[in-house]
Amino acid sequence: MWEYAPAPESRDIANLKPTYRMFVDGQFVEGAGEPLKTVNPGTEEVLAEVSTAAPADVDKAVKAARRAYDRVWGKMPGSERAKYIFRIARLIQERGRELAVLESLDNGKPIKESRDVDVPTAAAHFFYHAGWADKLGYAGYGPDPKPLGVAGQVIPWNFPLLMAAWKIAPALACGNTVVLKPAETTPLTALVLAEIIQQADLPPGVVNILPGAGDVGAAVTSHPDVDKVAFTGSTEVGKLIQRQLAGTGRKLTLELGGKAANIVFDDAPLDQAVEGIVNGIFFNQGHVCCAGSRLLVQESVAEELLEKLRVRVSTLRVGDPLDKNTDVGAINSREQLTKIQQLVETGDAEGAERWTSACPLPDKGFYFAPTVFSNVSQAMRIAREEIFGPVLSVLTFRTPDEAVAKANNTPYGLSAGIWTEKGSRILWAAQKMRAGVVWANTFNRFDPTAPFGGYQESGFGREGGRTGLEAYLDV
Amino acid sequence: MSENRISVAKTYKLYIGGAFPRSESGRSYPVVDAKGAFLANAAQGSRKDARDAVAAARKAFPGWSGATAYNRGQVLYRVAEVLEGRREQFAAEVASSEGVAVKKAQSLVDAAIDRWVWYAGWTDKVATVLGGTNPVAGPYFSFSMPEPTGVVAVLAPQQSSLLGLISVVAPVIATGNTAVVVSSQDRPLPAVTLSEVLATSDLPGGVVNVLTGRTAEIAPWLASHGDVNALDLTGAPEAMRADLERSAAGTVKRVLRTRPSEDFTREPDLARLRAFLETKTVWHPMGV
Repeated sequence: MWEYAPAPESRDIANLKPTYRMFVDGQFVEGAGEPLKTVNPGTEEVLAEVSTAAPADVDKAVKAARRAYDRVWGKMPGSERAKYIFRIARLIQERGRELAVLESLDNGKPIKESRDVDVPTAAAHFFYHAGWADKLGYAGYGPDPKPLGVAGQVIPWNFPLLMAAWKIAPALACGNTVVLKPAETTPLTALVLAEIIQQADLPPGVVNILPGAGDVGAAVTSHPDVDKVAFTGSTEVGKLIQRQLAGTGRKLTLELGGKAANIVFDDAPLDQAVEGIVNGIFFNQGHVCCAGSRLLVQESVAEELLEKLRVRVSTLRVGDPLDKNTDVGAINSREQLTKIQQLVETGDAEGAERWTSACPLPDKGFYFAPTVFSNVSQAMRIAREEIFGPVLSVLTFRTPDEAVAKANNTPYGLSAGIWTEKGSRILWAAQKMRAGVVWANTFNRFDPTAPFGGYQESGFGREGGRTGLEAYLDV
Repeated sequence: MSENRISVAKTYKLYIGGAFPRSESGRSYPVVDAKGAFLANAAQGSRKDARDAVAAARKAFPGWSGATAYNRGQVLYRVAEVLEGRREQFAAEVASSEGVAVKKAQSLVDAAIDRWVWYAGWTDKVATVLGGTNPVAGPYFSFSMPEPTGVVAVLAPQQSSLLGLISVVAPVIATGNTAVVVSSQDRPLPAVTLSEVLATSDLPGGVVNVLTGRTAEIAPWLASHGDVNALDLTGAPEAMRADLERSAAGTVKRVLRTRPSEDFTREPDLARLRAFLETKTVWHPMGV
C-alpha cells in the first residue's frame, strides 16, 4: 500500500460558528426546544450548539409557510420563482467549498465525497428544478397543474445538504412553501442553506428550517395545516408516518430503506466490478439507502472475485474525513456505530465468515473498518436487514434465474446492480429487478434528471426528473 | 318453442384464478333490484376467498406484466369485443341493479365498453408518455420507464355497477398489474357477468379476480395482506377509509384515495394509470 502524507482540508473554511439557530419566516431565531450539541463524528468533539424547535415553533413555522404560500409564493409566476431558485443554485456553487468542509465536519463523510458529490449535486438539483418552475404545463400533468400548499419535509443524516436540496428544490419549483427538519446529528449545512436562501432574498416564510430530533419531525409530519409530507429515512418511521396520515387526504411520498442486490455474472469484467462493489457499499461509509449491501456472485467466479475484492478493500484509507486521501470516513454517530456492531455480531453468530480490512483506525471518533461477510445465506439478518454501514454480505448463485429470485427476495426494492458484459443479459436482468433504480456496470449514480425512489417497502413517489414533480403538484 | 318457457337462471359465483368457485365459506346473500325485488343469490366472499384471490393474482403477475404491451392491448381489446356482444345482458343487469331506465342503462353500458377500449389502447403508449431518457450530467445512458406495481386490491364503486367497475379495473390491468376486485356489495351482478366476459377473452386466469360479498368484511384482509402491493379505496365505506389506510401502511402499500363521488361518465385522465405504476430508472456507462 502506498504511503501518503496527510492532506487535510482546512476546517477554517467551514466558517464554523459556536451557535446556530433555526430559520423561521426569513429570520434566524431561538427555538424553544432543548438546544442540541452537534458532534464531529471524526473526533467526537462538539462542533456547535444548535437551537431546536418546540411544538409551538413548528406551528409558527407552518403558519409562516402558509402566509408565504397564500400571499406570495403560491401566486407568483413560475418565471419569477425560477429566478429565485437559480440564485440558490449559484449561491451553493459559490459557497461550495465551505459547505463541503462543513458537511464533512458534521457528518463524517470524506471530503472528496462532500466536495465532488454532495455539494455539486445539491446545486444541480436547484439548477434543474429552477427551470421547471415556468414549464410545469409541459410536464404531463395537465395544462396548468397547481401546487399543494405547505410541504412538511423530514430528511436523514446521510446526505444532509443533498437531501435538503432534493426536498426543497422541487417543492419550490412547483410553487409550494416548505417546513424542513434536518436530522438531529447533522443540522449545520441545512442552516447554511438557510443563509443562502436569505442571501437569495427569498420572501420570508417560503422556506423554514427547524432543527430537532424525531419529536420535531413528528410534529412537522402530523401538523394539520401541512398539505404534503415528504420523508426520507427508515422504513420503520415511514410506516409510522403513513399510519399517522391515514384518512387525512394529505399527499405523502416516502423514500425508505433498502437492501440492494449487486449481481456479478460470470462474464463480468471483474476488476471493473470490484470497483463498483467497493463504491456500492463503502461510498459514504455505507450510509446509503441504495447501497449495494448484498453482493450476489455467480459461483464459478466467486472465489476469484472475493480475492480481488479483499485486496482492493485493504487499500481503502479509513480516517480523518477532512483528509483528501480518505476513502472511508467516520460513522455518523455512536448510536449508528453500535447498531452496525450489533448486526455484525449476528453475522458471526449465524455462521457467516467475516473478513475485516486490517487498516488502521484513528483512536478517537466513530470508525468501523470495511467488512466483508462471505458464506452468507438468505435467512441471516445481515442478508435481510439494512446495516447502513461499511459491511458487505456476499451470497452466491448458479443460474441467472436464481440470481433474480435472490435479488428480489426482500421486502425492499430501492436499487440493484448488474455486472456483465452481455447487453441482452443486462436488459433482461434490469427488467426482472423489482427495484426503482438499476445500475448496470456502474453503481451509486445520481442526477437531478433521473427519477429516484423505491418499489415495495422502500417507499413510494420519485425524486428527480419529470416524474418527481408529481409529488409536489395537486394531480 | 313455448312462449311460457322457463328460463335457465344463472348461478352467480366468484371469479378466482380463471375459475368460478362458490365461496369456500358456503355463504351467499340475496341481491335485489332497485325496487327490492329478488334478483339472485350472490356468493358472499370470505377472508379465505380473498387470500386465494391474492395468491391467484400473484401467480398471474409475472406472465401478465411480462407480456408485451401489444399483446396486453389485443387481449383487452378482445374483452371489449366480447363485452359488445353481451350489450343487452349488461343493459338489463345495470337497469335492474341501478334502477335506471333501459335507455339510460344502455348508454352506461356503451360508455363502459368505450372506456375499456380507451384503456386497451393505452397499454403500448403509457411507457412512451410517462417514461423517457434522462439527460444526466455524465458519460451514462439513463432511462426511466413505468412498471406495474404488482397485485392491486380494488374496492369497486358501490353505485356505478358496470361503468364505475370498468373505470377502476381497466387502468389497473392495462399497465400489467393483476387485480383482486371487490365488487359493489349491493349491485354485484354486472361484475359477475364481466367475469364471464374476462374468462372468455384470452385474459389469463388470475389477472382479474372478482369477489362479491360484504365490502366491509373483505376489505380489511386485503388492506393488511402482505402480498398486496396497492389498494384502491374508491368503493370503501366512508367510516372504514382511515382504518384501511392504516392497515395498508403495514407493508407501505400505494393507496389511491379518490372519493366515492367520482363521476365515471366524465372522460378520464392518466391519474388511474399513474396510481399503480412504479418508475424504474436504469443506468449504464457509455464509452469505447
